[in-house]
Formats: sequence, structure tokens, C-alpha cells
Amino acid sequence: MEIQSPQFREKARKAIADEQLQRAMGKAKIGFVGKRKKAVDALPEFEDLRSSARAIKDHTLEHLDLYLEAYERKVIASGGQVHWAETAEDARQAVLGICRAAGARTVTKGKSMITEEIALNDFLEKEGVRPVETDLGEYIIQLRGEHPSHIIGPALHLNKEQVEEDFRRVHTELPAGRDLSQPESLLGEARHILRPQYFQADVGITGANFLVAETGTSIIVTNEGNGDLTQTLPRVHIVVASIEKVVPTLEDASQILRVLARSATGQDMSVYTTLSTGPRRPGDPDGPDEYHVILLDNGRSSMLGTEFHEMLRCIRCGACMNHCPVYHAVGGHAYGWVYPGPMGSVLTPSLVGVDKAGHLPNASTFCGRCESVCPMQIPLPRMMRHWREREFERGLNPATQRFGLGFWAFFARRPGLYRLATSMAIPALSGLAGRERWFRSLPFAGGWTRHRDLPAPESRTFMQQWRDREALKQRGKMA
Amino acid sequence: MSERTGSAENFKPAKEEPLKEESTSPKRVGLFVTCLVDLFRPSVGFAAVKLLEEAGCTVEVPMAQTCCGQPAYNSGDREDAAAIARQTMEAFEEFDYVVAPSGSCAGMLKKHYPSLLKGTPFEARAEAFSGRVHELVSFLVDVLGVTGVPARHEGSVTYHDSCSGLRELGIEKQPRKLLSSVEGLELREMQNSDVCCGFGGTFCVKYPDISNKIVEEKTASIEKAGAATLLAGDLGCLMNMAGKLHRQGSSVEVRHVAEVLAGMTDKPAIGGGGR
Repeated sequence: MEIQSPQFREKARKAIADEQLQRAMGKAKIGFVGKRKKAVDALPEFEDLRSSARAIKDHTLEHLDLYLEAYERKVIASGGQVHWAETAEDARQAVLGICRAAGARTVTKGKSMITEEIALNDFLEKEGVRPVETDLGEYIIQLRGEHPSHIIGPALHLNKEQVEEDFRRVHTELPAGRDLSQPESLLGEARHILRPQYFQADVGITGANFLVAETGTSIIVTNEGNGDLTQTLPRVHIVVASIEKVVPTLEDASQILRVLARSATGQDMSVYTTLSTGPRRPGDPDGPDEYHVILLDNGRSSMLGTEFHEMLRCIRCGACMNHCPVYHAVGGHAYGWVYPGPMGSVLTPSLVGVDKAGHLPNASTFCGRCESVCPMQIPLPRMMRHWREREFERGLNPATQRFGLGFWAFFARRPGLYRLATSMAIPALSGLAGRERWFRSLPFAGGWTRHRDLPAPESRTFMQQWRDREALKQRGKMA
Repeated sequence: MSERTGSAENFKPAKEEPLKEESTSPKRVGLFVTCLVDLFRPSVGFAAVKLLEEAGCTVEVPMAQTCCGQPAYNSGDREDAAAIARQTMEAFEEFDYVVAPSGSCAGMLKKHYPSLLKGTPFEARAEAFSGRVHELVSFLVDVLGVTGVPARHEGSVTYHDSCSGLRELGIEKQPRKLLSSVEGLELREMQNSDVCCGFGGTFCVKYPDISNKIVEEKTASIEKAGAATLLAGDLGCLMNMAGKLHRQGSSVEVRHVAEVLAGMTDKPAIGGGGR
């Protein structure tokens, strides 16, 4: 996917002006926040679960190489194959190789952010393999030629009327009189179209929420059941997962599952939690003939041991963006790449470079709400600040910003000069305001006054007044 | 723990150290005025002094203070931020406590100086300094044990929880507790009082359109609460919300919570009052 993060500012402005998008976002944020809160409040041990989930991932990341190798051995032992992919291109080629070997014309796909990250759909289409998204949200945005705007709700930016319009446009056999005004009828229509695809598909591709080293199992959590059909009906099942998805044991996975859905949608558990271990064994009633796992690095191993290490604990629940005022204001597409919201603002610069994604860690008020709800206790604001430090070191911020900061810091580091300058400037500024006491515009303050007025300083500075007060006291004592 | 008071490293609610010994001599407090109060609204500084003196502290104001350094720190400029941190610690070396009428600046001094100066010769000093730093209202309630104030304020107020105070320092109940003791005051809670107002320091000028979208949501909540006065504990947030309310033609007055607690509302509200 082409990186559009450098255009963040323009994209954000458009998003804010987009009334339809704003309506969709308004609904979404109320739902997610309230549901999570209810689920968390109902579980007194939730904070302990967070700490234990975090500890599991911390431990795994400390020994990532060992657990990945253990996982690989178990996958092979259960009859599957593991393909190590250092880059997105390696992963794409590995998928294509498997598809070619299987003579695949059509692949069905379960919802997977990793395949978004490697832009798999565009690639497969160019290579003559037709990918069919089977998650309702993913299916809708595939019809529209869009990308997900949320990591668990890909079509969060849309209203049901838009979806109806898309279905009527694409599903040409649809009788004009069919009611598609409700989410249920839309789901029914998607199901009707998708059902035969599962049987036509030669290959099913899913992501993974967990890879279990103990057993070589991949786990997906879904709400629609499409993931199960994707991975059991075609002859070949490909799991595309990034390396930090591994956990040591099934017990560890179930620990983390207790915080995942609660943080994401406010459910105790997702509707389906599906475990896959290798291909169909003799005597199994169903399952694929081949089971492949593509293990993607794509820059993650270079985050280990850096100040961005803790980002690798992320379980992609979306709670950070669900609670982010910036995400609520601009939606997911403004971020310009695969991962939006606070987790994207940390991860995207790690994966594509801060020179391209510099806006993202800057476009945060550091309100800290993301960190406070993150089930894995990832210090997202701190890591965004680290990205700002990398930018500053490399001189990537705009010259005006650097100049302004330097000018301010020069005085802030010299209290005497600072006192002198402010005791002249502030009374002058205060006088300039006249009786109105507000500035509607002011040179060099356009960023502020574009949308709000600036209150004038009361009069002289506190320090000036304080010095007078102390001097008066001294005189009183002496008299 | 609820979403309102986070729990990860940087966002631990403040754990107050009890006074080491009950001494009868008054506590020496160094007031960290904060740059915005110094420049834009000295009333807040004098309200803080009054509250602290009423609670039995002696208050001094070191002249060698400027700003907490957050603009540099949050812009990735660690060198300037660290220099300002060292300068601030130096200026407040001699006090029993360092108190700021701002959760954001107090959070910077208390939570971020130690991580900023980690691995430098100033690390231990920053840790010790951190233990002495407090935001004004939480200092009154949690450290001095103040349970009420002798102030009077006729009318309804609504209170916005500024992010750093709420999530870095666990300031949520303390201001409400003291406000409930103010005679004549009615607290009307707004919806989503814990959601950011869109100020974010330099954020509001770097991304004015996004900031505006966020503050519009906030002023809508404020108006819906139907209170005559908006209060908060951070002047940055207050100036942002006041500036938006004024641009929108609102009649809501905006003040720092310390002004009401100190009974100093005879002065005009931020920007000289409503329309």
C-alpha cells in the first residue's frame, strides 16, 4: 500500500469536513468506549490480567528466537510448513509460490492486517489470482477499492446506506425490490454472495492472533465465522503472521484472550476462537490438505531492544484508537497507511521510516488515554515522544518550528533575560488588547487564532507583581 | 483500575509520601508559578499562594524559574529540556515542597524529569526532587489533609479533568472534594469530562484543525452541562476552551479551579468574562 502519511495534514482536514465520515465516527466512538468500560468494570481482576498479559509478552520477546524456533518445530511435526519472510516482498512471493503450486485461481481471505501490511490483494490480482475478502467489513471495502480505517472494524468509516449502494452497484443479479436497509439484511446479502466462494477457492488465507510455541497452533478470533470457513474448506490453508504473535503456551494465549475482546469490542470473548494445528490428519472429518505458515519480520526484529521494543506487545485490539480524540476527529484513513491511531503512530514510523511517517507521532495531544486503556500497558505517548526525538536529532521538523523552539529555549534557559523580556512584552501585549481583552488575530499566533480567540494577559506578569508585594512587605517590616 | 486513571509506567496515580515527622514549623513551599500563569493569568498564582498560606504553609517564589521545559521535551529537544530541568531543580533545591497550579507542569517535574535525566549525574537528584513535587489541589488534599475551604461562590460550575493531572497524577476526586465545600456552589458534571480538550501544548498550533475539532466536542459538552462557569486545573486547557467558547459567543465564564477555591472570583474571568 502506498504510504500517504506525508499528506496527513491535508487528509485530516478533508476528513474533518466530511460530514458523512463524522457521523460514522460519532457513532463508533460512543459504542466502543461504553462497551469496553462495561466489560472491564464487570471484571474486578482486569488490572491483574493486564499485568499478567504484559508479563507473558515481555517474557516471550526476551526469548523470541527460542520460541519462534520451538513453534516452527511443532508446526513441522504436525505436518505443516513454515516460510520465513524477512520482507513484505518475501512474504508475497511465498504466498504466490504456494498458490501457483496449488494451481489456485481464487483465494478466500479471513480478516488480516498483516496481509494489508504486505499489500497482498493488489499483488495477487496482478499475478492473476483473485482474492475474495470474507469478513463483512473487509468485503465491503474491497468492493469500494478502499483500505481498512480501523484494525478491527475495517469499514468503520461507512454508514449502512453507503454499503447498500455498493451492494446494489456490484451485485448485479440483486432484485431491485430487495430490502437492504438493515445491517442484518446487508449481512444476509453478503453471505449469499460469499458462500459459494468458499467452495470455489483453492486456497484460504488467514492471519493469526496468536501462534502457540508449545503446540504449533495458530489462533484466530472472529465474530462472523468466516475465518473458520476460510481455513477449513479450501485445500490449502496459509497463515500469514508477524513474528511477535508467538506466545509460549496455550495457557498463555488464553490469559491474553481474556483481555483481548474486552478491550476491543467489550465482549467477554469473541464469538469464534479457532485453533488450527497442521493440515487434516487421517481420520479428521475436515481440514485442509496443506497448512503453511508465513512468518513475517518486515522490520520488527530491528525494534527489539530499542525504545520501541514494547510496541511488539501489541495484540491489535484497537482500544487505543477507540479512545483517541485525534482518531475520533480524523478517522483511520487520514493516517495514510495500514495502522491508524496511537498504535499506528508508533508502529508506522518503525516499519516505513519516520521521515515518511513523521506527522503521526506529532499529531497527538499526549492525553494518555490510549495508554490507560491498552491491555498490554504499552507506553504509547512515551514512544511517540521518542519518535519526535529521532526527528529532532535528524532535523526533520520544519524550520519555522525549530526556530520558534530555539528562540523560546534561549530565553527559558536564561531566567534573568526571560524576566526582563517578559516584563516588557507582557504589559505591552496586555495594553494592546484594549478593553475587549481578547485577540481575534495576532501576528505569529495564526495557529491559535484560526479557530479560537486568545485571551489577553491580565496585566503585568505574576513575577513583577510578586516582587512588588515582597518589597512592600520588606518596607513594612523595616518601618 | 478504570480507564480514567491509567496504570502503566508513566501514568501511575501519585502515591503520596506521608510527612516524615509531624513538625510544628510551617512547611516551606516553593511555588512553581508555571509560565502561562506568570504571563497570562497572575490571579491563579495569587490564588495558589492564598490557599497554601491558609493551609499553614510559607510560600516563596524563586525568581530563577521560567518554564517546566515541556515544549522542548515534547518536541523531541531533550538537550534544552534537560537544561531547563536542571535549572528548575536548582531553583527549588531548598524547599520542603514544590507546588504548581497545573497538573501538566507538576507532571513534567514529578514524572518526566526523572526519565529525562536518567543515566546522567542528575538522576538521583531528579528522583529526590520528584518526591517533593505536587500539583496544588492534590497537595492541599492528599498531603496537607485539607477537607474544605472557607470560600463562597454563588452559581453552577462544571469541571474539566485535564489529562496530565488525571492520568499522570491521579487528580480526580480532590478538586471535587474541595469544590463541594464551597458555599453556594453547585457542581454540574459534563459528559466526558475526562476526554482531552485538544490543547496538547504545541499540538494546538501544529495541528489547529484537529485541535479545533476536539475542542468543539468539548465546548458542546460544556454547554450541555448548563453551568455558568467552567473550571479546570490547567491554564493551557482553560485558555484553549475559553478561547473557543468566546469565539462561539458563549456566555460560560472560565476560571482556574484555584480562583474559586481561594474565594478570588471578584476578578474578571479569563479574557474578562463572557460576552
